[in-house]
Amino acid sequence: MAIEFKQVDFTYQPGTPFETKALTDINLTIPDGSYTALIGHTGSGKSTLLQHLDALLKPTSGTVTIGDRVITPTTSNKDLKSLRQHVGIVFQFPESQLFEETVAKDIAFGPQNFGASEADALKTAAKMLTLVGLDANLLGRSPFDLSGGQMRRVAIAGVLAMQPKVLVLDEPTAGLDPQGRLEMMEMFAKLRHEQNLTVVLVTHQMDDVANYADHVIVMDQGRVVKTGAPREIFKDPQWLVDHQLGLPKTTAFAQQLMAKGLTFDPMPLTEDELAADLVQQLPASAFGGAQANDD
Amino acid sequence: MMTKLIFGRYIPGNSVIHHMDPRAKLLLSFYFIGIIFIANNWPTYVILFVFTLLAIKLSGVKWSFFINGVKPLIWLILFTVILQVLFSASGGHVYFKWGIITISQLGLVNGIYIFCRFVLIIFMSTLLTLTTPPLELSDAIEYILMPLKVVHFPVYEVALMLSIALRFVPTLMDETEKIMNAQRARGVDFGEGNIFQQMRAIVPLLIPLFVSSFNRAEDLATAMEARGYQGGEGRSKFRILKWQARDSWATVSFAALTIVLIVLRA
Amino acid sequence: MSQIIDVAHLNYRYPQQSADDLTLKDISFSVADGEWVAIVGHNGSGKSTLAKNINGLLAPVSGTVTVDGQVLTEKTVWDIRKKIGMVFQNPDNQFVGATVEDDVAFSLENQGVPRDEMLTRVHDALAQVNMDQFATREPARLSGGQKQRVALAGMIAARPRILILDEATSMLDPQGRYDVLKTIQQMKAQSDLTVLSITHDIDEAASANRVLVVNDGRLVEEGKPAEIFKHGPALIKMGLDMPYAERLKAALKRQGVQVPTDYLTEKGMADWLWQLSSNK
Repeated sequence: MAIEFKQVDFTYQPGTPFETKALTDINLTIPDGSYTALIGHTGSGKSTLLQHLDALLKPTSGTVTIGDRVITPTTSNKDLKSLRQHVGIVFQFPESQLFEETVAKDIAFGPQNFGASEADALKTAAKMLTLVGLDANLLGRSPFDLSGGQMRRVAIAGVLAMQPKVLVLDEPTAGLDPQGRLEMMEMFAKLRHEQNLTVVLVTHQMDDVANYADHVIVMDQGRVVKTGAPREIFKDPQWLVDHQLGLPKTTAFAQQLMAKGLTFDPMPLTEDELAADLVQQLPASAFGGAQANDD
Repeated sequence: MMTKLIFGRYIPGNSVIHHMDPRAKLLLSFYFIGIIFIANNWPTYVILFVFTLLAIKLSGVKWSFFINGVKPLIWLILFTVILQVLFSASGGHVYFKWGIITISQLGLVNGIYIFCRFVLIIFMSTLLTLTTPPLELSDAIEYILMPLKVVHFPVYEVALMLSIALRFVPTLMDETEKIMNAQRARGVDFGEGNIFQQMRAIVPLLIPLFVSSFNRAEDLATAMEARGYQGGEGRSKFRILKWQARDSWATVSFAALTIVLIVLRA
Repeated sequence: MSQIIDVAHLNYRYPQQSADDLTLKDISFSVADGEWVAIVGHNGSGKSTLAKNINGLLAPVSGTVTVDGQVLTEKTVWDIRKKIGMVFQNPDNQFVGATVEDDVAFSLENQGVPRDEMLTRVHDALAQVNMDQFATREPARLSGGQKQRVALAGMIAARPRILILDEATSMLDPQGRYDVLKTIQQMKAQSDLTVLSITHDIDEAASANRVLVVNDGRLVEEGKPAEIFKHGPALIKMGLDMPYAERLKAALKRQGVQVPTDYLTEKGMADWLWQLSSNK
C-alpha cells in the first residue's frame, strides 16, 4: 500500500498562545512494497509525520493519501478506524503499551477492535507469537513477567496481528543489546518478505538505513529536505553533517581510505560492499591461497 | 485536549507581578478572597474590580486568558446565581412569585453580587497561577506550612513530594499521549460510544500508565537514594525565597483596599 | 596504584528468586584509583545488579565490597554513597529537581552543603558540562542527552571519587551519546576520577583502560579493550557492539582475504589496507 503526502502542513494547538508549526509543505511518496527509512535529527518533525501515516493526526492543510483513502483537514474522526487496520505502528519502546492479563489476550486486542471474534483473534495471536520468534508456551503468561526483549516482541506481535499492509517502526531497537538489535532488524527484514509488507523505519542508525532500506526520506526543521535511494543520500558527507546526520560506518571508513588514495565508485554502504570493492584493489598475496571459511 | 486548560498554567513574563515573592502572592490571593465578602454595595464591588483589573494590567498577561479562565466554570456560576435569585430570602420589590420560587429585587441584586464574587475570585487566582511557576508555589506552600513542624508534620517531605509531582506532570502527559496513540493505532476509540464503551476504552490506557508510573517511581527512588537522600533532616536548601520592597508595597496596597472597602460598605 | 574498589566473592539473589538461583555468582575484581573500567554483558547478564551492589543499593547474599578502604555495611553505606556518583539509563527517571539547577543541587542539599557554596558548585558544574545557559530550564524542555549531562553535572558538583555509569548513553540518539561520552572523558581528564561504565557501546568500552565481561552472573573474561575486541563476531554475544575494523575484517575474510588476528583500530585498519593495496 502506498502513502502519499501533498502539501501537508501541521500545526500543534493552532490559534492558542502555544501554537507551534511542526510540518511545512511536506510532499512525499512512500512507494508500495518499499522499505523506506525516515531520518532526521531529534526534533526534525519525524514523529509528527509518523502520526500522519496512520491518521492519528490529520494535516492542518494539504492531503495525505493512504492506499485509496484521502485524509484532509476535514476528514471525520469516525471514518479513520478502518484505515488504522491497514497501517500498523510499532512505537518507540512499544512494550509500554501492554496491558492485558495474558500475552495471548494482549496480542488479540488489536484484531478484536477491528471486529475479529475472540476465538479467531486468539488463533491469530498464537500464530503471531511464533512469527516474532517467541515460544508458544508464553501465551498464557502475564506480559509483565517477561524480559524486556520478550515484552517488546509481544508488543510487535500485537501490531502484526492486525495484519497491516504497512508496518511503521519507530526506533524499534532502542535500548536493546547488540544481539537483540541484530535479531530484531533481521526479523523485520524477514517479515517484510513473508508478509509482503511496506516498511517505514524511523531511525538514527545510519547502518540500518544502509543495510535494509531502499528508499530514504530526510527531514530537517519540519520539512523534507531530500528523498532518494540510500546511495544518493549518503553520496554527500558534508550535506549530512550540515543536517546533523551521520554516515554509515562503512561509508565513513571508505572516506578515510579515499583520503589515502584508494578510490571507490560507487561509494560502498555496507562492509560486504566495501570488502568486495577492496578485493579488486588488493594484491593476490593478500589471499593466503586457500579460500577462507565463511564463518 | 488537556492543553486547552488555562487555569493552572504558567505564562512566563517579566512584570512586577511575576517577580513578586510567591509567598506574598499566595497569601494575598487568599486574603483577597476574604475581603471580597466585605463588599456589599455597588461602590465596593466597583473598587474591587478596578483593583483586580489594575493587577491584571500590571502583569502584562493578555485579557483573553482570564476570560478563558472563567469559561469552563460559567455553568456552575450561572447555576449558583440562579439558585440564589430564585430561592434566597426575598426583599424589596417582588417581580414574580410561584410556590417557593420568588424573584425579588433583592434576590436579583444578590445574584449579581455572587456573580461578581465568582468572577473576582477566578480572576485573582488565575492571575496567581499564570504569573507564578508551580515550583515557586510549592516553595510558598512549604514556607506557609513550616509552623506545622512543631507538631511533627513532615513539611520538607511534603514539599519535596509536591515539587517532584509537579516535575513529573509533563513527563506523564507525554507518556499518556504516547500510550493513547499506540492504542488508537490498535483500533481503540477514545471518547466515543456510550459510557460503558468509554470506560472500557480507558483500561488499555490506565494500566500501562500505572505500570510505567510505578517503574518511574522505583527508578527515581533508587536514583535519590544513590544521591544520598535520607529524608528531610540535615538537608540544606538551594532554593530560597526573598521578600522585597515590591512585596511590602503589595501588602500595603491590600491593606489600603481593605480600609477603603470598610469605609464604603453599606 | 592503590585499589579504590575491591569486590570479593560476591553472590547476589533477588528476593523473588529461588534459593538455588543467583543473579551474581562469585564475582571478584578490583579497580585501581583513577582507572576506567567498562563492564559489558548482554541484557539480563547481571551487570546492572553488580553496579547496584557496589554502592549498597542492593545488599549481597555473601561476599564483600570494599570502597576506598571501607567495607560496605549498613553503617558505612551513606559514607560510601558520598564517594560514588551514579548515572542511570533513563534520563527522565533520575531527574529529581524541578529545574536543571535544582537537580544539580540535589546531592549537595542531601549532604547539607551551605547555600553559598552550593551556588558556586552548581554553577561551576553546569559550566563544565556546557549546560550553564539552561540552568533554570525545566527537564521537559531538554533532550535526553542534555538531561544526562545535567545528571553528570550533579555528579561533578557532589565531587565523588568514583563515577558509575549504568548504561547512561543507551537511550540517547547518536549526538546525545557523543556529547555525554565526551563530557565523561573531560571529567576524567580534569580529576583523578575512577569510572566504572556498564555499556554496550563500543566507543564507551574503547575509552576504558580495562573491560570486564559478565555472562549469566559470572565474570567470564577481563582484559584491555584491544584484547577483548579481537574476539570479532563473538563480541555481539558478549553484549558489545563490534568495532568497525572487526566487522570489516569479518567481511574481508568472507571474500577470502587473510586478515591480521590482532585487534586493529580503525586507523590501524586503514593503514594496513593502504599498505596492502600499494603492494599491488
